[in-house]
Amino acid sequence: MSGVLAILEQRAGAWNRMSLETLAAARALAAAMGVEASAAVLGNGVDALAAGISGVARMFAVNHELLASYTPDAFTAAAEQLVRRVAPAVVMLPHTYQVRDFAPKLATRFDQALISDCTAFRVDAAGPVFVRQLFQGRLNADVRPQGAGPWFVSMQAGAFRAEENAGGAAAVESFTPSIDAAAIRTKPGEPFREAERAVDLTAAEIIVSVGRGIREQGNIGIVEDLAKALGAELAASRPICDNGWLPMERQVGSSGQTVAPKVYIAVGISGAIQHLVGMKGSKTIVAINKDPDAPIFEVADYGIADDLFEVVPALTEVVKGGKGS
Amino acid sequence: MKIIVCIRQVPVRDASLRVDSSGRWIEEGDLSFEINEPDAYALEAALQLREKHGGEVVAVCAGPARATQTIREALAKGADRAIHIETGAAAQYDSLGMARLLAEAARGEQADLIVTGLQSDDMGFGQTGVILAEVLGLPHATIVMAVETTDGGIRVRRELEDGWFQNVEMPLPALLAIQSGINKLRYATLMGIKKAKTKEIRVVPAGAATEAKAAIERVYPPQKSKQTQMLTGSAREAAEKLVEKLRFEARVL
Repeated sequence: MSGVLAILEQRAGAWNRMSLETLAAARALAAAMGVEASAAVLGNGVDALAAGISGVARMFAVNHELLASYTPDAFTAAAEQLVRRVAPAVVMLPHTYQVRDFAPKLATRFDQALISDCTAFRVDAAGPVFVRQLFQGRLNADVRPQGAGPWFVSMQAGAFRAEENAGGAAAVESFTPSIDAAAIRTKPGEPFREAERAVDLTAAEIIVSVGRGIREQGNIGIVEDLAKALGAELAASRPICDNGWLPMERQVGSSGQTVAPKVYIAVGISGAIQHLVGMKGSKTIVAINKDPDAPIFEVADYGIADDLFEVVPALTEVVKGGKGS
Repeated sequence: MKIIVCIRQVPVRDASLRVDSSGRWIEEGDLSFEINEPDAYALEAALQLREKHGGEVVAVCAGPARATQTIREALAKGADRAIHIETGAAAQYDSLGMARLLAEAARGEQADLIVTGLQSDDMGFGQTGVILAEVLGLPHATIVMAVETTDGGIRVRRELEDGWFQNVEMPLPALLAIQSGINKLRYATLMGIKKAKTKEIRVVPAGAATEAKAAIERVYPPQKSKQTQMLTGSAREAAEKLVEKLRFEARVL
């Protein structure tokens, strides 16, 4: 067994952005291990998409009409057959919602444990070591895959930069898995969106965002006051919306909106990766959090490690005073 | 409907974490623990289904002796009984090892539905439910935002990325990994807490751990990727410094 196989994700003939990041990661890992990188994409009629991939030794288009819409049963069956045929040392996937839904199942078929949501890796004499986060990003762990493999790894959004044009395109190899329609137990409906979002946070120049540190719904007023003073939009991390303290449409993060305002002020937000992916592209990030070790400070330009119940009202006053004078 | 809910005990959210002397895990001695929050949503989903359709909710938890407290809390909220798979105090499991432990306990129960939280706040694997379904031969859905019964099965609403959703139907028995925010969590009532004391917790020892497939070699604080200017002083002073920085350094106000 050798080589790194990246299994990429597409929907309706377009790449999931994270696919190209994972492709870059797979190439880097293969280079560090001194082996070949290959890639594959699953779907129905994905040859043209596959032909656009460059910088890999082999590119597989895995086509089947039962892969037209995603089901964990069909995708696991197809990926399992592909992995047995290619026999890579490492299978790398983007840590998307879809991958989370089938990759643990796939790894189990090989008596392996998926090393999920990795941010980095290195290769030493004994082989690859993957870095993943524990405790919502407050600690990192070096994880070494065990046994003969193949080893399964998923990469976190933004962990690697997608590369355009990484050399010559590989000839696309067709792979047709055998999938039994009767073995697909779930019936997926067409994806849909809820009614148009009433709040478009992406257009805001300044966002003040509130997290769990606010403790109770009744306290959100102080953050709202700051947002008003700054002429900012009010946003929140997921737990605030889960609790129903602010509507879901004000949520920033992997399950909410992705924003990149001029200023993002995170109030009482610890900075779990699910939140960070939705706001780390902001031009200037301010974090106000009592816990100086909170991961939010890792992406912040300015930080105040103090009690938000004192800092936020003071900040509102200063902003108001400044505008008045 | 007989429902199994898998719950996990994790350190409280604002616990201060220190790496232990082995360098491979955290110092647990002085920590407090609580139910993994995503699992609290799974428990609530299970209780609401039972209230609607009747049946039984069985909480299954794999963890050391201290997990009893979290199990009691689940019973106080309304679970009917519990199975505690008691692991060694320092035992570590990868995602596959943990799911296999839970599968062992679930197998004997022949439940109609198994629910789990989407991921744990400590390990963050996000895999237990999916592996459990594979090991038990059940269909599954993850990131579930709504559950309703159909003729002989269930229909769930899954959350996809970027605000998209999808309805998925499947037969029972099945496994669902529940998304946080699917429901409103209830508090245990005084009566519930009282009743919990008489509810059954069956303790079963964890079988010999199979060889880990993914081993933690080292745990350490992340390196900062960005130079953060920390603004200090009183709240007022820090606020003044911040506004000045935003106006004249970052020039964004």
